[in-house]
Amino acid sequence: MIAQQLLNALFLGAVYALFALGYTLIFGVLDILNLAHAAVYMIAAFAGYSLVADGLPLPLAAVLAIVMAGVIGILLDRVAFAPLRQRNAGTLVPLISSIGVAIVIGAIARGIYGIDERHFVEGGLDATPIHLGPVTFTSVEALILGTAIGLMLALSYVLRATTLGRNIRAVAQDRIAAALLGVDIERTIAATFFISSALGGAAGILTGLEYNAVSLDMGAQIELKGLAVIVLGGMGSITGAVIGGFAIGIVETLAVAYGLSAWRDALTFGVMFVILVARPAGIFGARALRSA
Amino acid sequence: MNLGTFYAQHSRLIDEIGINALLALSLSVSLQAGQLALAQAAFAGIAAYVSAIASMQFGVPLPASIAVAILASALAAAALAYPVRRLRGIFLAIATIGFGEILRVVLNNLDVTGGAEGLSGIPNDVTTPIIYGALVLVAIVLAIVARTKFALAVALTREDENAARGVGVDVGSVRFASLVLGGAIAGLAGALYAHAFYFLAPTDFGFPRMEQILVWCVIGGVTSPIGGVLGAVFLSVLPEVIRPLADFREITNGLILLGVILFVPNGLSTLWAKRGS
Amino acid sequence: MAAELRLAGIGVRYGGVHALDDVSLAVRPGAVFGLIGPNGAGKTTLINATTGFAKLAAGTIHLGDRRIDGLPPHRIARAGIARTYQNIRLFGKLDVRTNLAAGAFTHAGRMSDDDARALLQRAGVPELALDATSATLPYGDQRRLEIARALAAQPSTLMLDEPAAGMNPAETARLVETIRAIAAAGIGVLLIEHDMSLVRAACDDVVVLNFGAVLARGTPAEIVQDPAVIDAYLGSSAEHAS
Repeated sequence: MIAQQLLNALFLGAVYALFALGYTLIFGVLDILNLAHAAVYMIAAFAGYSLVADGLPLPLAAVLAIVMAGVIGILLDRVAFAPLRQRNAGTLVPLISSIGVAIVIGAIARGIYGIDERHFVEGGLDATPIHLGPVTFTSVEALILGTAIGLMLALSYVLRATTLGRNIRAVAQDRIAAALLGVDIERTIAATFFISSALGGAAGILTGLEYNAVSLDMGAQIELKGLAVIVLGGMGSITGAVIGGFAIGIVETLAVAYGLSAWRDALTFGVMFVILVARPAGIFGARALRSA
Repeated sequence: MNLGTFYAQHSRLIDEIGINALLALSLSVSLQAGQLALAQAAFAGIAAYVSAIASMQFGVPLPASIAVAILASALAAAALAYPVRRLRGIFLAIATIGFGEILRVVLNNLDVTGGAEGLSGIPNDVTTPIIYGALVLVAIVLAIVARTKFALAVALTREDENAARGVGVDVGSVRFASLVLGGAIAGLAGALYAHAFYFLAPTDFGFPRMEQILVWCVIGGVTSPIGGVLGAVFLSVLPEVIRPLADFREITNGLILLGVILFVPNGLSTLWAKRGS
Repeated sequence: MAAELRLAGIGVRYGGVHALDDVSLAVRPGAVFGLIGPNGAGKTTLINATTGFAKLAAGTIHLGDRRIDGLPPHRIARAGIARTYQNIRLFGKLDVRTNLAAGAFTHAGRMSDDDARALLQRAGVPELALDATSATLPYGDQRRLEIARALAAQPSTLMLDEPAAGMNPAETARLVETIRAIAAAGIGVLLIEHDMSLVRAACDDVVVLNFGAVLARGTPAEIVQDPAVIDAYLGSSAEHAS
């Protein structure tokens, strides 16, 4: 029983972690909250759905949609954040411009796809249960978990072992020092946005697969849950986002298991609030970006 | 068209603008002190429900139900101020957002608040003059406060907390007072909302609403006292003005928002300031 | 209003490190007391401890009869201690007049033009425009505005943290005049400085800190001849203007 709950928490937490990593990357590098992240999550899910509906095999559709999400991330930076960076506009103003972009993305999604909920695969996905000892799961869930973990490992590799990753960590630590050391700041930030939004888009597609549903408002819930995740894990910490994601997954799964599903969100945000008050730095408390 | 028909056609919007302006003022009080405390929508929600329940279940007359509601939201603000006293910037923002979400769930689950379906049939006894009377009253109070030493303390707290402490400002008290004052004003807005629109749902005061209020304040300009009001009026009227654009309303809204923030990042009110002094 | 500032056996710990260890000194009203030492010796820590921004692990701080260690910073400010900062902490976006009004917060919080001019006069910048945004002022004027802001508090004790940083010799000489005039008006001045010419010209007594402990104390003439001081501090850095 416990094992099953933990596994459910794993499936839930993996997607939360993937989404939250996007927040953490941007916060670590720019010290701001990207409130358009959930909009990218949503539109990538729609893009993935529509490519599949057009006949593309799922893996290809997913990859294309994820890349599209990354590109949107770069555009998002160019339009909403970069101009303000040059003008030293503080932390509040970029928040608002990201809201503006989120509205625009939402409007575009609505214009293209309409307001109805869509289903990744009409008639339901292959949900044959797989039994492994005490636990049961579907092939879809296994795919989702595998993809999420794979992406997180890829991120960890990039941050630890590539020049780009080193540059990202340098800019996150100290932008001025990084510039002095010859790091191309704007390009590094653009790359960070690409990665962050790609991860957010991936989370969107995986969520769409998990529930076989894609809707305009699917970002609303996870937008704030993502905040709870990064608070728990520590605002700029990669490891923290991953652990935080699973931790929130556990909180929510247990809440539902013990009959408290109506209060589930209150528990999530309650835990977040307590952490903020007691240990604002989170579990892995650091403002600098770390790699997993 | 004469004034009467104009009012009749747009009375809901006119009332909304007044209440939105109050909500914007409630947030601007916190922002003036440099606190990104995003709990105003929640405080308004608490007051709205308290006022509605007081009227409907206890038959409390309007003025008293508003007073009780303001008291409730101010107390909530005071209670919230303590655990978040050491939080700054984005951490404070997230904590207060969390508070708002917890409240939303509570409102969704209690019988007395009508759960997810909300409350309907609230006595519709708040009229446009009452709303704007309240707005004017709050504006006057804030204008008076602006001339006191407290206003200087608020500005210093916003600019540099430690330097402010160094010149004798009790920063903790300033933060507390600004949060409670903001909570009270939000409470007034919430109580008026309940009686003006006679229907409440938990989603009325959630994060989307809070986001909206924040946008009004930043678009209008955080440093100016009338900035929030300006932003609220502009962004409340805008959807009506662009209504003819039909399906392009939403994207136009977003693009205008982006345009304003990118070209006038300090807010619309600074356009006036430049022309003034 | 004039009261002596007495630090007795001050200790401050950051983690396992003694930032300050058994430091004692007294600043009499009307005197200028110098605090010198290499970077990291604990000079700013001492000011932070005195103004309530660092917790004491040991010792006491008195202003006159009143014990002030353990009080929150704003209460210590109200008790009569004012300071300037090593890296200048004016309220940059606010104008000169408001910065001065801020300084006077513990009294009126309001600043008439006449009073403002008088303060600027005492700080050596009588010609500053009251409406100027303080962050836009030239560096030297900002430093003096900070001094004026501190004077606005009508303090018993004024603590200056490297006020001559970035000044040329002529400006530094003028600063000596300003500091001595402030002391002559009855305020006790604690001066942290690297610039030995300033210390020698302005200070009555000096304490030399090294690694958080008192290395030597005496008049400026005495300590520049102290072999331990020369060894630890003056020998390597000689006389230099920061």
